[in-house]
Amino acid sequence: MLERGYYGQFGGAFLPEALVATFEELEAAFRQAKADPAFWQEYVDLMSSYSCRPTPVTYAENLTRHFGGARIYIKREDLNHTGAHKANNVMGQGLLVKRMGKRRVIAETGAGQHGVATATMAAKFGFECTIYMGQVDVARQRPNVFWMERLGATVVSVREGSRTLKDAINEAFRDWVSTMDTTHYVLGTACGPHPFPTMVTYFQSIVGREARQQIVKAAGKLPDRVYACVGGGSNAMGIFSGFLDDTEVGLVGVEAGGRGLQSGQHAARLCSEDASIGVAQGYKTYFLQDRDGQMNETHSVAAGLDYVGVSPILADLAERRRVRFEAATDREVIDALALTVRKEGIIPALESSHAFAQAFKEAPHLPKDAVILINQSGRGDKDIFTIADAFEDPSWKEFIIAKAEAYRAGS
Amino acid sequence: MLEAEIRRRKRDRDILLMTHIVLGYPDFDTSRRLVEQMVLAGVDLMELQIPFSEPMADGPVILHANQKALAGGATVDRCLELTSRLTREFPISFLFMTYFNIAFVRGVDLFAREMAQAGVRGAIVADLPFEEGEPLLAAMEREQLDPIFVFTPSSRPERMARIAERAKGLVYCAARKGVTGSATDFDALDGYLQRCRGATDLPLALGFGVKAREDVAAITGKVEIAVVGSETIRVLEQGGVEAVRPFLESLR
Ligand SMILES: Cc1ncc(COP(=O)(O)O)c(C=O)c1O
Repeated sequence: MLERGYYGQFGGAFLPEALVATFEELEAAFRQAKADPAFWQEYVDLMSSYSCRPTPVTYAENLTRHFGGARIYIKREDLNHTGAHKANNVMGQGLLVKRMGKRRVIAETGAGQHGVATATMAAKFGFECTIYMGQVDVARQRPNVFWMERLGATVVSVREGSRTLKDAINEAFRDWVSTMDTTHYVLGTACGPHPFPTMVTYFQSIVGREARQQIVKAAGKLPDRVYACVGGGSNAMGIFSGFLDDTEVGLVGVEAGGRGLQSGQHAARLCSEDASIGVAQGYKTYFLQDRDGQMNETHSVAAGLDYVGVSPILADLAERRRVRFEAATDREVIDALALTVRKEGIIPALESSHAFAQAFKEAPHLPKDAVILINQSGRGDKDIFTIADAFEDPSWKEFIIAKAEAYRAGS
Repeated sequence: MLEAEIRRRKRDRDILLMTHIVLGYPDFDTSRRLVEQMVLAGVDLMELQIPFSEPMADGPVILHANQKALAGGATVDRCLELTSRLTREFPISFLFMTYFNIAFVRGVDLFAREMAQAGVRGAIVADLPFEEGEPLLAAMEREQLDPIFVFTPSSRPERMARIAERAKGLVYCAARKGVTGSATDFDALDGYLQRCRGATDLPLALGFGVKAREDVAAITGKVEIAVVGSETIRVLEQGGVEAVRPFLESLR
């Protein structure tokens, strides 16, 4: 290993010997690509022709008036092709796969967003594709499974462990150990062994680079605070990268508070007492684990935030107090989602709605000339099943029941 | 100590047998009876796996056993307790196998002391490359516990050499890329085993996919130790504890 990828005391590459050679190869390929200015340009060109980059920053005039405090701006990662920031990382890694001459990609997915993005990239670049997804997530994100399969991917439902994101990651590593000659593992967030945290952050930094210029132009100044939801940490690292050196900009990472930080049913690693430092899935960070170091079950209304670990880069930024971490509960998130839809005609994903919920708690207490920027990591309309359930929408239920009855009757 | 013990046993045997169990799978009582059957079958060394919720280097069979053990209430304390009994009761060498978080969360110094008190000779920590291992390796050295490292067919010669500098007791050679528990072509191993030999003078243990008499025969004379892992769990699951001894006796 050439470089071990530490951020303060977090990160590293805790790898079984069987994976060491693959990570060395990946590290070298990434380092070469990064040193080649043509590579970043190729990436930007691809994202502006195949996705919707640069994604706009929208002034949320009605929400601003509603809260009567800071001016609220939204970075629109929901307008990416496939509906979330996940596309940035995936297309970037896709270009790297082409450089490495591999023909097959695998990925884990929780919400299904990263799986759909990877299957899309594989379809475009002509790669074979297998997606690992926990059985629980397959059940709650069925529409995404449908699209992954249409896009030509094989979706493997993982029945081990808690049957969610972390178990899908384990299975993807298991696949990779025996297929690394032909296969690249497109990890979906800024976690895992080095070089994944730094590589995923590099591709996602396109969000922050754009956002910094856009907000200065739109608001006439740097934002006072930037909010992003934190699952593994990739959209947060993406937008925060644009402002890390601007020490006057407050950075706020919002974790999944689930049923409340006291309930034990949440996924808050950097702002709850329940988490402690550990080493799992190849890297050192804060994990939700028991006193023996066994991982606990997590809970969030948003599948994409329902994960035991968190980016080692964010763990370090938390320790250095450069980023403040807060949690939003399922209830607060659903209310924030409903309000944003009604006031702005914008539908944030449940994940992204965590950032909105926290921003809404703080905006009224800030002066009118303050500026806040919320990263809308993805769009929620594709999560219609989950969101309709969260809203307990009666007419939607009737529709599904009628649909099921029609299928059962064989029509 | 471990190395000397291996060489001593090897004088009477063409090849030694090392088996693997997951502590607490399916329960602690069965774990003890399994070890007893294995010792009666003439097994020379044993790996006792302390279960972990995220065993990334293990295949489906051992993964499942880890999860079942944890669901059944296996804790690190109970694993250490049972191991202390086993090492007193049975006259063979035992090693721990686990993942780094188990040691890290407990504190590497305390964990090394507890391993030594439990009477094992060393440990394989599946996700701890030597580059990350310094604090635990130093603590193990103080307790005279041997760190067991792994070679794989994808390990480059320079890397094997660096691993060999740290390794003690034996080196575990994975017979192929991939996780534990699937098929291996034992006849195609010669070049790889020569590279392993070239890198270290320690006894070599070959594992991953050893499941039948032919497999053991194919590697006899090439390595000192054959490791049987997932297959004993399969035999246990299909035929119960009683099936394990005849299976192991049939191997050599
Ligand atoms: C829309 C959206 N936002 C956020 C996340 C959380 O991931 P991360 O923290 O890596 O941005 C996900 C994960 O699936 C997602 O789909």
